[in-house]
Amino acid sequence: MIDKIAASVADALHGIADGATVLIGGFGTAGIPDELIDGLIAQGARELTVVNNNAGNGQTGLAALLAAGRVRKIVCSFPRQVDSQVFDGLYRSGRIELELVPQGTLAERLRAAGAGIGAFYTPTGHGTELARGKETRVIDGRPHVLEYPIRGDVALIKAEAGDRWGNLVYRKAARNFGPVMATAAEFTVASVHRIVEPGALDPEAIVTPGIYVSRIVQVARVATRAGGFKSAATA
Amino acid sequence: MNRCERLGKDALARRVARDIRDGSIVNLGIGMPTRVADCLPTGIEVVLHSENGILGVGPAPPPGEEDYDLVNAGKQPVTLRPGGAYFHHADSFAMMRGGHLDLCVLGAYQVSATGDLANWHTGEAGAIPAVGGAMDLAIGARQTWVMMELLDKQGRSKLVERCSYPLTGIACVARVYTDLATFACGPAGLTLIDAVPRLSRDALEAMIGLPLRGVA
Repeated sequence: MIDKIAASVADALHGIADGATVLIGGFGTAGIPDELIDGLIAQGARELTVVNNNAGNGQTGLAALLAAGRVRKIVCSFPRQVDSQVFDGLYRSGRIELELVPQGTLAERLRAAGAGIGAFYTPTGHGTELARGKETRVIDGRPHVLEYPIRGDVALIKAEAGDRWGNLVYRKAARNFGPVMATAAEFTVASVHRIVEPGALDPEAIVTPGIYVSRIVQVARVATRAGGFKSAATA
Repeated sequence: MNRCERLGKDALARRVARDIRDGSIVNLGIGMPTRVADCLPTGIEVVLHSENGILGVGPAPPPGEEDYDLVNAGKQPVTLRPGGAYFHHADSFAMMRGGHLDLCVLGAYQVSATGDLANWHTGEAGAIPAVGGAMDLAIGARQTWVMMELLDKQGRSKLVERCSYPLTGIACVARVYTDLATFACGPAGLTLIDAVPRLSRDALEAMIGLPLRGVA
């Protein structure tokens, strides 16, 4: 029998090693698996590379993981937010490495990892600082930049509901990076608010098939809090 | 520009909105461009895309009904219009990069006469860089328009011969809507589309320091 349901967050996260690359879903505060991040803080793995669109908001969740000194490097598209003070402090004092990636390139590098693609050429970023030193090629008259996959040892994602096979559905725009990160990691843990019997999720509506999911764990529903606001260009 | 009157932010948003065609799929950037959503002409249907996986973005919810699982690219709470859809990030950026959006409207630090865009990083020492979806949008939408004030706080033109700020994309901006005039960018440089009343082309050329083609 296939049963991916973990009894607790601690059980679900058992075995995450020091130095792991951890893909963490979410965009701002939507889709951030806060309970799994808290579990990772308790679990104790160190020297992590974290991949997330942002770099933590406020003092909780990803920001708390950073504040605990457990993250060596962050790969993201938009670290600077009005409430990213924990990251800002670590970055300015040279205590965290930043790899800044255009958001679509971040998503596609994750997709490539999950899809077994060795690398891909994208027009995004050509001629900019973020493409410096990268291979380029003109395809159909348009310059492209060579980008490589981002593979995770672990993905931590938040979904709405799941079953013991690991099939998942999401809620609104909290879906964001969850489905693509689930495909890109060796080991994917999803928190869900509801666990249902196999067959209860409409097969036409399952977003992440269970093949991509290693463990699921139920957490209480807490309304997503506000956070991660961008400030507009002001120059 | 002594006697001419600059467009306020809402008037500029209305100016941009007037040029958006019925049936367009549009991404509006953070800040000033977001205002365009509230200024679209009545009687046309425009589908708004948000990079975090939404087509059919609707207006902000009433106070007390915010749902932070449904936010726009600036993380502000929004709603979904009937017919709207959710999708994941790789699909969302495939739409953008793959040329499926008719238009994006972005803010900018600088735009060059040939349409180079700088809008993600001032490059200042100590500034934390953040790019988000700007580079994907700039080169991915079928048309990229910029909406900005023509002059910076020191009175220098933000339309320039070459951008001094780090680039977001090369030759990607088709039009620039400003509080003083509207321009088209291209390989041959700037064309003046229109200007506020009592602002002559000569005065604009002097302000920008670049030649302007076209009449207005």
